[in-house]
Amino acid sequence: MKARVHVTLKNGVLDPQGKAIQHALSALGFAGVEDVRQGKVIELELTEADEARARAAVEEMCKKLLANTVIENYAIDLVR
Amino acid sequence: MRSAVVVFPASNCDRDMMVALEKLTGRPPLKVWHGDANFPEVDLIALPGGFSFGDYLRAGAMAARSPVMREVIARAKKGVAVMGICNGFQVLTEAGLLPGALMRNAALKFVCRDVHLKVEESQSAFTNRYAQGQVIRIPVAHHDGNYFADADTLDRLENEGQVVFRYCDEAGNASMDANPNGSQRNIAGILNERGNVLGMMPHPERLIEPALGGSDGRGFFESLVEALH
Repeated sequence: MKARVHVTLKNGVLDPQGKAIQHALSALGFAGVEDVRQGKVIELELTEADEARARAAVEEMCKKLLANTVIENYAIDLVR
Repeated sequence: MRSAVVVFPASNCDRDMMVALEKLTGRPPLKVWHGDANFPEVDLIALPGGFSFGDYLRAGAMAARSPVMREVIARAKKGVAVMGICNGFQVLTEAGLLPGALMRNAALKFVCRDVHLKVEESQSAFTNRYAQGQVIRIPVAHHDGNYFADADTLDRLENEGQVVFRYCDEAGNASMDANPNGSQRNIAGILNERGNVLGMMPHPERLIEPALGGSDGRGFFESLVEALH
């Protein structure tokens, strides 16, 4: 099973890289982009076949390493 | 006073730290490799600046989970003095020994220059040789020094005297212009609740004698000698 983890900055945490992307888009002539928030995607190839156990394991990985929960949120997608 | 400097892959201020500690404590520090969870008892553990593990995932994230850090965390909880400078500060927040996080500089640029710092707390083991409110000049060199914590945490840090250094101008005003990286409330260095763990982005070990361009960093090491001898 594959797990896809999306790590994004929490609301209220300033995202200077997102702001820079927004400015660059506007400089390229893309109008109407009100806000940009950037983050990262981490893909994990898992041997676990059981969905609940896989999700629980990835949840632990997010808390212990993949995300810094002081500033980041994470979301887990399991892909068969 | 016995000290140890932890070295991670891609630490790059470990040697400066070793030189400063040897000169100002009178004893050569131990050098401890990141994979080494067993090292002799010391009075002070220093986590140096650099780009441990290439800043992969987040600055300090990998180093914070290395074998040596399990031991550093255990000793910090027993009251041993631990200090993290620059990347060391990032490692301490990632390890949960200090609150908050260090994010990409607000201007997205690596900043490398001298800054002024106001000593906000001169009662600590790390600052007792400075005067309360003293303004000192210390270099910074970092890309991820933008200190963030939620408002409740910031209020608690301020109320408990855990904000040790604040970026300021030459006259001691903690203005927006004097903030090199966007840190919340101009915070440059903090203590844990117990006062035995300190993290700061600026590098006191780089200014310990006039030949290096200044000696405002000396007081930092002299404070430790005073507190831990």
